[in-house]
Amino acid sequence: MDIKRIYAIFLRQIYLIRGTGTRFVQIFIWIVVDITLWGFISKYLTAVTGGGFSFMAIFIGAVLLWDFSTQVMQGVTMLFFEDVWSRNFLNIFASPLKVSEYVSGLVFVSVGRSILALIVMLLLASLAFGFSMIVYGAFLALFVFILFLFGIALGLIGISIVLRWGPSAEWFIWPIPALLSPFVGVFYPLTVLPPWMQTVGWLLPPSYVFTGVRTLIEGGALSMPTLLGGFILAVVYIIAAYALFLMVYRKAIKTGLIARYSAETVV
Amino acid sequence: MEHNILEVTSLSKNYGKTEAVKDISFAVRPREIVGLLGPNGAGKTTTIDMILGVLKPTKGSVVIGGRDIASDRSEALMLTNFAAVYAQLPGNLTVYQNLKFFGLIYGVSNLEKRIRDIMADFDIEQFKKVKYGILSSGEQTRVSLAKAMLNEPHLLLLDEPTASLDPSTAEDIRKKIRNHVAGNASGVLWTSHNMYEVTDVCDRVLFLSHGEILLEGDPKKLPAEYGKKNLEELFIAITREPLIAESI
Repeated sequence: MDIKRIYAIFLRQIYLIRGTGTRFVQIFIWIVVDITLWGFISKYLTAVTGGGFSFMAIFIGAVLLWDFSTQVMQGVTMLFFEDVWSRNFLNIFASPLKVSEYVSGLVFVSVGRSILALIVMLLLASLAFGFSMIVYGAFLALFVFILFLFGIALGLIGISIVLRWGPSAEWFIWPIPALLSPFVGVFYPLTVLPPWMQTVGWLLPPSYVFTGVRTLIEGGALSMPTLLGGFILAVVYIIAAYALFLMVYRKAIKTGLIARYSAETVV
Repeated sequence: MEHNILEVTSLSKNYGKTEAVKDISFAVRPREIVGLLGPNGAGKTTTIDMILGVLKPTKGSVVIGGRDIASDRSEALMLTNFAAVYAQLPGNLTVYQNLKFFGLIYGVSNLEKRIRDIMADFDIEQFKKVKYGILSSGEQTRVSLAKAMLNEPHLLLLDEPTASLDPSTAEDIRKKIRNHVAGNASGVLWTSHNMYEVTDVCDRVLFLSHGEILLEGDPKKLPAEYGKKNLEELFIAITREPLIAESI
């Protein structure tokens, strides 16, 4: 892999963010809305229940972690969409850039974007609602890492869908986090779900994180083997997602879709 | 002995039962500009897409500077670059940003100096901070050509490179490309429907029709060999009656 080519992908995103303020605002707008909304909901619930249950730690922490994972996914998909919107596929894929370098570039952009978003969320949660992630202790790093891997995997699955089915499939990508959130128990334990939803939930790495978050808040002992299971699952997802993208890319090269992408399909 | 810049061997592309390109073979030698001619739908763009590695051939091979595009794609494309009317650069980046981005992708050494030189060469310095998308089509063409020449490619693929340019600028661009070919021992594969331009700039032409190479030769001598006044007349004759090429 050539580090300069990966840097080129990163640099282009910096140029684009610098060039248009909307790209910068877009990173923060929803996370600020989410933290504000759930901050006040938590405050209200704490007040009406007499403060016996730590709603703030459960809800704000959960929203913050889930939004982080969503930001990671969007970091990957947004940059890919830039190539879709500017019809840049031929210039990109008829160049020496390798698929692994392109994907690495997307991941690096995603790292930068999600770290920025995480800092803003932490500051807002702390300054406005007095919430601190310190309550999660050393497990926080593992929680964040599992969600990061899963976000990257979701992003790769998303861009595979758009590459396979064309720009019109873009609408399908945005709601993916919202579609998954009921299954991973962002706000409630998986045990409240019907059995089939629980089964789906345990196949998704974030379920292990949010179960862990609740266990910690409730003062329970976190099961390391269970959390490691979530980590291994996230690694499996990322490998499978990269393999999916490679497969879709190779198919697009075979059919000629890359060169005629605006047609959406060559069949 | 110098190796061929580009070697295309038994290249075919089928879409289902449709044969877009049928078993074509040709080469581009150092310091040679080869014109790839043919009517719309003849298979020119399909051929170029296969050379650029964005379309997998059904059969055959493409070797650029001794590197097979199928197995050494990135290395082969380091030696290549292209400009095509259907491959515009990102309109939301400035001219400088586009050149910087593609310069990094193509591994251009001493990039800042190269960008300055190429912008001066193509007379686009005044557009350095202007977004590509708001340039006129002629200005965009010049920027696309600057991008195509950025890495001083061994193989340059040009699809209608002067289509949006005024005659004076077009002549200037042809001169630059000829100088690049002579100075760097490069090769060019040039597609155009402007037969006067092809006659002027190409050392050799390949006539492609229905995915097959019908004839090849020197564009200055070919028309006379086929009893035609010029290349345009020959093009029209071959397009309308492909058998004319086989009858001689």
